Order: sequence, then C-alpha cells, then structure tokens
Amino acid sequence: MLAYRVNYYSGIVIYAINIGAYYFMWKAIYGDAEQLGGFTAGQMTTYVAVSWMARAFYFNNLDREISNDIRDGSVAVQMTRPYSYIMVKMMQGFGEGLFRLLLFMAPGMVVVTLIFPIELPTDPVLWMIFLVMIWFSFLINSQINVMTGLFAFFVENNEGLMRMKRVTVDLLSGVVVPIAFFPGWASEVLKWLPFQAITYLPGSVFTGRIAGSAVWEALLVQAAWFAALIAPIAIMWRAARKRLFVQGG
Amino acid sequence: MLAIEVERLRKQFKVQKNREGLKGALLDLFKREYTEVTAVKDISFQIPQGEICGYIGENGAGKSTTIKMLTGILVPTSGKILVNGYVPYKDRETFVQGIGVVFGQRSQLWWDIGVIESFRLLRKVYRVDERDFKRRLDELVETLQLGDLLNRPVRKLSLGQRMRCELVAALLHNPSILFLDEPTIGLDIVVKTEIREFLKRLNREHGTTILLTTHDLQDIEALCSRVIMLDDGNIIYDGSLEELKSRWSKGREVQFQFSDPVSLQALSALTAGQGVRWTKENEMTAKVWIPREMNVSDVLSRVVGAMEISDIKIFETNTDEIVREIYRTGGSEKTAEAENGEALPAMAGADSRD
Repeated sequence: MLAYRVNYYSGIVIYAINIGAYYFMWKAIYGDAEQLGGFTAGQMTTYVAVSWMARAFYFNNLDREISNDIRDGSVAVQMTRPYSYIMVKMMQGFGEGLFRLLLFMAPGMVVVTLIFPIELPTDPVLWMIFLVMIWFSFLINSQINVMTGLFAFFVENNEGLMRMKRVTVDLLSGVVVPIAFFPGWASEVLKWLPFQAITYLPGSVFTGRIAGSAVWEALLVQAAWFAALIAPIAIMWRAARKRLFVQGG
Repeated sequence: MLAIEVERLRKQFKVQKNREGLKGALLDLFKREYTEVTAVKDISFQIPQGEICGYIGENGAGKSTTIKMLTGILVPTSGKILVNGYVPYKDRETFVQGIGVVFGQRSQLWWDIGVIESFRLLRKVYRVDERDFKRRLDELVETLQLGDLLNRPVRKLSLGQRMRCELVAALLHNPSILFLDEPTIGLDIVVKTEIREFLKRLNREHGTTILLTTHDLQDIEALCSRVIMLDDGNIIYDGSLEELKSRWSKGREVQFQFSDPVSLQALSALTAGQGVRWTKENEMTAKVWIPREMNVSDVLSRVVGAMEISDIKIFETNTDEIVREIYRTGGSEKTAEAENGEALPAMAGADSRD
C-alpha cells in the first residue's frame, strides 16, 4: 500500500473532483430554477454524490480483464483450476468494489460533504436498503461486463464493443444525467433496459425521490434484472467453451 | 489402471477467412467466410498409470490441442476421452483437482505477489489441508531448491526460477497426472537437467503419470519410456523410443583416418560379406556405413588388424536427425506401415544406395 501512496491519494482526489465538477455543472444548469425534472437543486447535489458513491462500488473492469484473458490465452490456465471462472471474476470485482468504496469513496465523501451542501439521509433503514440496492447494482453491472468480455470469444476484437458499453452504462444508468431528465419517450424506453437499475434506482431511493412501497418495486426491478441476466451469461459461457480457441498456441 | 484413455478424438476449429483488399474487408463486415480446420483427426491412445509419455510433433501438429482437450480446457468435436476416470470437459471442476498442468509459455502464478503468496492462494483454490500443504511444499522446495526465491515477486524471477516455481504450483495438490506443455522451452541446460531429474524422481516416488509435449528430444530421451508422435493431427508413431530409433535410424558411420593412402577396393575387400559400404573422403580418410543390426566391433576388428589407423570417429544418427527425417519426409504416408509394425521399406531402400 505504501508503494502506491500517490496512487491512493490521487484516487480520493479524483472522486472528489468528479463530484465537484458535476455539482458546479448542475448548479449552473439550475440557475434560479427551484426544480428541474422533479429534482430540487439540493436533491440533485445529493443525487450526484450518491450516484458516484454507488459507481465506486459497482464499477469494475471485468469486461476488459475477461477479454484480455481470452485474447492472450491465459483463460486456459484459469480453466485448469477447480473453480468457476465467471464466479471468480465476479468475486474479484466485488473485492475491488469494496476497496474502492471504503478506501477511495468514503474519504472522498468526507471531503466533499465539507465543501458542498450535501444532505445524506440519517435513517438507518434507508442506508440498509441503499446497501442492498448497490449490491444489486454491482451484480447487474458486472453481469453486463461479463457478457461484454465474453464477446471476445466470438469476435476477434471487442474493443469497440467495450467502449460502447462503457459510455452506454454511464449515460443510460443515470450517472451523467438522471433518467428523469431524458425526453418522455426515452425514459419510457429506459425503463425496459437494465441500466436504470444500476445507478438511477438506488440514487432515487436514497435521495428520497422514490419512497414507500415504490422502494420495494425498485428493489424488485433490480432483482428481476439480476435473475434475467443469469441465463444469457450461462448460454454464452457454454457456447464459448465449445468455441474456445486458445490463442497463441 | 489406465490414466488416460482416448478414442477417435477429433477437434475442428472454424477459422475466419479474411478476404483481400478494401472490398474484401467490406464484404467481411457483412458476411464472414470460415474455413474448417481439423487440428486433431480421430486419434486413439491409452496411457497406463505411472508412465512418462512424450508427445512430440512439429509446430501445429495438434499437440497442444490434444493437451487442452485432455485437461478439460477445450471441448472435443467428437470422440471419447477419459482421464482419471472423468470426462474432462464435463466434470471440469472436480476433474482438475486430480491433475496438474504446466504450460511452458504461460504462467499460473500471480505476477505481482510473492511466490509463496501464490502458493498459499493455490492452497485455498484447491482446498488443500494446511498440514498436507506444509509437508508438500517443504518437500518440493527442498528438491527444487527454491528456498530463497519464495518471498520474491514472480516478475523478478528468471525464467528458470519461474519454471521451477510453476512446477511446484502444479503439484501442490498432489495430482496423480501431470501435463506439461513444453516445460523446458527457453531454459538453459542446467535448469533443463534439474527439471528432468525432478520429474523422474516425482514419477518414481509418487507414481505420478506424466504426459509432456516438447521440441527438445533430449527431454524425451532422458524421461520417456514411450513416445507418441503426431503429424498433421494424426498419430504416426506410438511406442518406445528405442524402437523409434531402430525403426527409423539409418545405422552408424565410422570414419577412419589412416596413416597411409588407401584405396576403396582394398577396404571393401577387407569387409567383404558384411553388408557395409565404404566411401572415401580423401587420400587418407574413409568412412564406412554400418547397418544398425551389426556390431561396430565386427567391422573394426577386420580393419584394425589390416591397416594402420591414426584416428577413429563414430557417428550415431541421433534422435534429432531421425525425427527431422520423419518430419521432413512427412510421416503421413508411412502411417500404414508404422501401424503394421514392419520395417519401413522406403527407408531401407534409401539406405542401400550403393
């Protein structure tokens, strides 16, 4: 850890800067307006902070790692071990997420709350729900990453696909813009895609925009997406095993 | 009991064809064309427990593909595989508990952490009991002399050091079969010898079945009781190294340096009736070719008794040459003969070129 001290502190600063940048951007957009897209300026600030907090946890580079394993052939070594490759990758992502949340995001959050007027809920139940929800965010996002990574089995180079996925997830999950700000038809479409379950739903619950029984509905949507994405991964993995062409000998 | 049983094993790959030029590239965007490549063509063999078997062949002959099917990495297109009583690709997670795999060109250790940390991780992965792990590790570390390497990160090891660590990593869970894919590639002669000694000892003391692919025939000579030779996806030879040598070897050549000028007729007369062949290098030097089944001493005694000799050299066709010859002539047309177990007429014909 000491060897990477600079890395570590800059990691914290990067999170603080990201939140700060979005804070100022939204402040400029709001101007004198009280409310936009159903968000008050205060809620928006909190939403930005919370969505970054969630992102710290759910974000990982599993797609890149899997596709690298496939392209350089080291997936072969992984297959000689008595474990499920995908499970191991998911767990690795979980470890990274936990690390980033506790060691980057938590201190970054402290810095940010000192500078910006962010109101975090004090209700412990809400915190519990939030933790469960970002756990699902992590699962769904990782599932999407695993699928993107596994595409390397089927195409020679999935670099383009990975970039597209990254932008898509950031944009459509609600980190960049909350889904309520999208035009009516677009937010309607997005309700039927898994991305909103990654950031928008937990963010909305935590900022209090979704409350009461709707919270359970949001949780249910997440759980449903998690379950729905299991089958395609299993199918892809099976097809991949048959196709597996270990590159480089 | 059989450790490995393979029957009519086949693996086909679809390889993407890239069409030429801009037009081709555009066409490829919409409709891909594939060619089917058969890397392994219905091979069958059996390896009993406790055998060390060498698996050789040219690059692209299908060795690695076979190893990858045997270790459960690849799913075969057709055919039957049974390793340690398991179908590798089906029960992969249980199956791999009983095998160890070393790929000479890939590391299974974690690049950034100390070697011992990698070993501890592998202990957890294979669920090896702490006490067994300790005992096994001590034994391996001692025989491979790794003592002072254990705390170094893998990226700071030399290739030879890393290779020895790879072996330990593959053996920590005490597998009954060890697969080695080019384990001595790029190693210096000292490390090669160490690794060979270690493998022999492992086989002797633990009865570990070993299947190794290699391009270094000295590995085979030092280790293997049996050789399987592959060419273009087919097995062209399966048997002992001795037999391989005697079947394909062209005999020996002895070069004499005489004190006085000699003539071919005089030499031929000396060895009349022995079926040997003389060639003259220069005034004082001549070479005699002796068929494999004949003793060199029979020829020597006749020559030594009659002539004054200042120097003698014996050339044995070594395995490298034999194998090169087999690869070069393309073993495939000889498959039939090899399977009949007869001497090869084609080779015999080439030999008697007088």
